[in-house]
Amino acid sequence: MIPTSHYLVVSLLLFTTGVIGVLTRRNVIIVLMSIELILNAVNINLVAFSQHLASLDGQIFAIFVITDAAAEAAVGLGIIIAFFRNRQTLLADEMDLLRW
Amino acid sequence: MSAETILFFVLAAAALGGAVNLIAQTHPIHSALSLIVVMVALAGIYLLLGAELLAAVQIIVYAGAIMVLFVFTIMLLNAGAEERTAISRAATWLGLPFAVILTVVLGWSISLSQAPTYAGPGVAMARASGQLSQLLFTSYMFPFELTSILILVAILGAVVLAKRDF
Repeated sequence: MIPTSHYLVVSLLLFTTGVIGVLTRRNVIIVLMSIELILNAVNINLVAFSQHLASLDGQIFAIFVITDAAAEAAVGLGIIIAFFRNRQTLLADEMDLLRW
Repeated sequence: MSAETILFFVLAAAALGGAVNLIAQTHPIHSALSLIVVMVALAGIYLLLGAELLAAVQIIVYAGAIMVLFVFTIMLLNAGAEERTAISRAATWLGLPFAVILTVVLGWSISLSQAPTYAGPGVAMARASGQLSQLLFTSYMFPFELTSILILVAILGAVVLAKRDF
């Protein structure tokens, strides 16, 4: 039997990796992938606690998170394609139209 | 060490290795492939946790649908390797230290937790999927129907965004 805390540590490390990816990468597609990483870290927590508490509610929430992630990826990539058409770039640095 | 523990460490190492590789690679397609490794490893972890429906959904939706979308976009936009630029001062002096502090604080609170360290009895695997769908279509009926609207809006949004010339 694996302790619940092991799963929490894996989730924590995945979450931090995702945060560092969002902060340091310039390519917006990779930033979006790092966000998926963060959502997956949340899912591990939900499923681990679902097992820990012997309740299925956590798994239901994980399913909802996956649904949201799918919607987010579709809209996010749509925005990236629309942006690329206009500016011919994928670098977050170049996305400064709203910069003062 | 039981086979279960060894399997857990192998899967965790695969997931974390894939995650680190994701943010270390400069080419987006390499990052996308590492993300698939992470997704499959996480599906294995869900199986270890007795969530077999979620493991299947993880493979089908994440490793299947979402990653195909990512790879399609990368190919469509012909995204090349990203040239390295120095990260902004705000990210260096505020972002990264706070990311480290966040990790330390969360890790500390996990190590402090007084809850019994071993996972609970869990739900018997054979019945879990049935119970899960029963919950989903009774107690969580309303949120479940709401997600269908969310998906519909997302589909429309993606089509409109990708189609029209702004």
